[in-house]
Amino acid sequence: MGGKKEPFALVWKKHKYKYIMIAPFAVIFIVFTLLPVLVAIFLSFTTFNMVEAPEFAGLDNYVKLMVHDPIFLTAIKNTLFFAIVTGPLSYIMCFLFAWMVNDLPRIPRAIMTLVFYAPSISGNAYLVWKLLLSSDSYGWVNAWLMKLGIVQEAVTWLVKKEYIMPILIIVQLWLSLGVSFLTFIAGFQSLDKSQLEAGSVEGIKNRWQELWYIILPSMKPQLMFGAVMQITSSLSVSQLSIDLVGFPSVSYAGHTILTHLHDFGNVRYELGYACTIAVILFFIMLFCNIIVQKMLRKLG
Amino acid sequence: MKVIAFIKNKYYRRKFKRRNRSIGGDVILFVVLAFFGIFSLFPLLYTLTSAFKPFSEIFMYPPKLTVENPTLNNFFDLGTIIEDFTIPLSRYIFNTLVITGLGTFGTVLLGSMAAYPLAKYEFPGSKLMSNIIVYALMFSTSVTAIPNYLIMSALGIVDTYWAVILPAVGGTLGLYLMKNFMVQVPDDMLEAAKIDGATEFKTFWKVVMPLCKPAWITLVILSFQQMWGTTGGVFIYSEELKPLSYVLSQLVSGGISRTGVASAVSLLMLIVPIGVFVFSQSNVIETMATSGIKG
Repeated sequence: MGGKKEPFALVWKKHKYKYIMIAPFAVIFIVFTLLPVLVAIFLSFTTFNMVEAPEFAGLDNYVKLMVHDPIFLTAIKNTLFFAIVTGPLSYIMCFLFAWMVNDLPRIPRAIMTLVFYAPSISGNAYLVWKLLLSSDSYGWVNAWLMKLGIVQEAVTWLVKKEYIMPILIIVQLWLSLGVSFLTFIAGFQSLDKSQLEAGSVEGIKNRWQELWYIILPSMKPQLMFGAVMQITSSLSVSQLSIDLVGFPSVSYAGHTILTHLHDFGNVRYELGYACTIAVILFFIMLFCNIIVQKMLRKLG
Repeated sequence: MKVIAFIKNKYYRRKFKRRNRSIGGDVILFVVLAFFGIFSLFPLLYTLTSAFKPFSEIFMYPPKLTVENPTLNNFFDLGTIIEDFTIPLSRYIFNTLVITGLGTFGTVLLGSMAAYPLAKYEFPGSKLMSNIIVYALMFSTSVTAIPNYLIMSALGIVDTYWAVILPAVGGTLGLYLMKNFMVQVPDDMLEAAKIDGATEFKTFWKVVMPLCKPAWITLVILSFQQMWGTTGGVFIYSEELKPLSYVLSQLVSGGISRTGVASAVSLLMLIVPIGVFVFSQSNVIETMATSGIKG
């Protein structure tokens, strides 16, 4: 939102071109993104089973969700725990690895970028973890633990409730060098090299000082973008949980807000209720986003 | 110590341009990168080798990362399955090319074009639009699928390529990404272009886009990958319009006897995005090595 401030009375002609440039995107965005969201928000105040017409229900869904749905509380608890661990951690990982990779010569840099980005390059490559953690002795992890004598018999990794959350966290971290990581890499690529040179003249002694005093402040827009991406992705985990630990997971140990939504939206066809869950999740994300943006603004 | 002095002379003095770098720091970074690199790569190597394992080795105890008797049988099996399709494979490939091509092109072009005015100017409605774009990223797409379906059937585009292309183009991630890079384009460069008589669009195309090349290349990669992986879901139900990833994901769900074939499929589905990634990244690194954009 930087840029110069223009007086309101400035030629309409100048603004006209801006609107024209936005228009093609705006039309598609309004029809295929905004309108569906507004419909979903409307549906959250109704009872809707996709067969009969939606019936207005006021705040019933919200009351039911907050007061009469103990599983939803489990889902919120799991999601927040998952997000508090994976969100900041993966954010820092994305930035640090991008920074380290950026310091490499050209060809090793290209290779390492690919290595870190590879897990998120294919949609369901994470299913390989299912093989690795398979609960019989053919699973790679079990086989080696047994061979080394650490465990006597195969551990059922994906159905023991105390292992479910840690496994989901590890796999998510493995997957998380994605959008933000690439964005940071691109951010480093468009960094002004002359600033770094000026810094070293002005007494920046080592790479850590350079990172803190020059790089971080000038990468703010990318950092903001990365923060939004990490917040949304860490709070909207669902497919990973469903694929790895099953749905519903044992004792709801891998149950998240979005798997709860999946339950009502895709299994029970209570779409009104599912929309209510989406609205609540939206506000949780919004809240996290406000906090993180405030923190980032203090940087530099 | 002599060795270190030698390395210092050979690499560090020659590249005196590398300011503020110590060998100690380099070693630490190297160790960290190597450790996490292996962690990152391991499961994918497992996929890679599994694709070349004969059936007997897939279920061997203890399982190994390496292949003892590499075979192409998994790929031949895949070939036989594909031959039995009622619709030729080339048709699925064509569908994927159209969807991926148009989707990526539309996302990058329209998103960037809209991002430019929002990033560099304030005008009535710009703040509202900028906010809505960030908020839209936070609304779960799984509940918007039904309203989306209703809108599409009203427009009569269900079961066409557009049913997967347009929602992707209307997503806000691309615009938000571009906008965050475009804010960094110095105002005086835009001023200079305008003094030379360039229109807004020309400034965008000739000045802003070249400067933001790393950003839009990143968007090409992200968007390509998203479109490549799309299965069409409920929006495309005609078999002859389904994309490649749909058929291949059908194969994978064939149970335990298809574990090898599934690995072969995963491998094949990975190759194209990796190719696109390598090609576009090497492109960026070359062009951006010398110039930065921040003023």
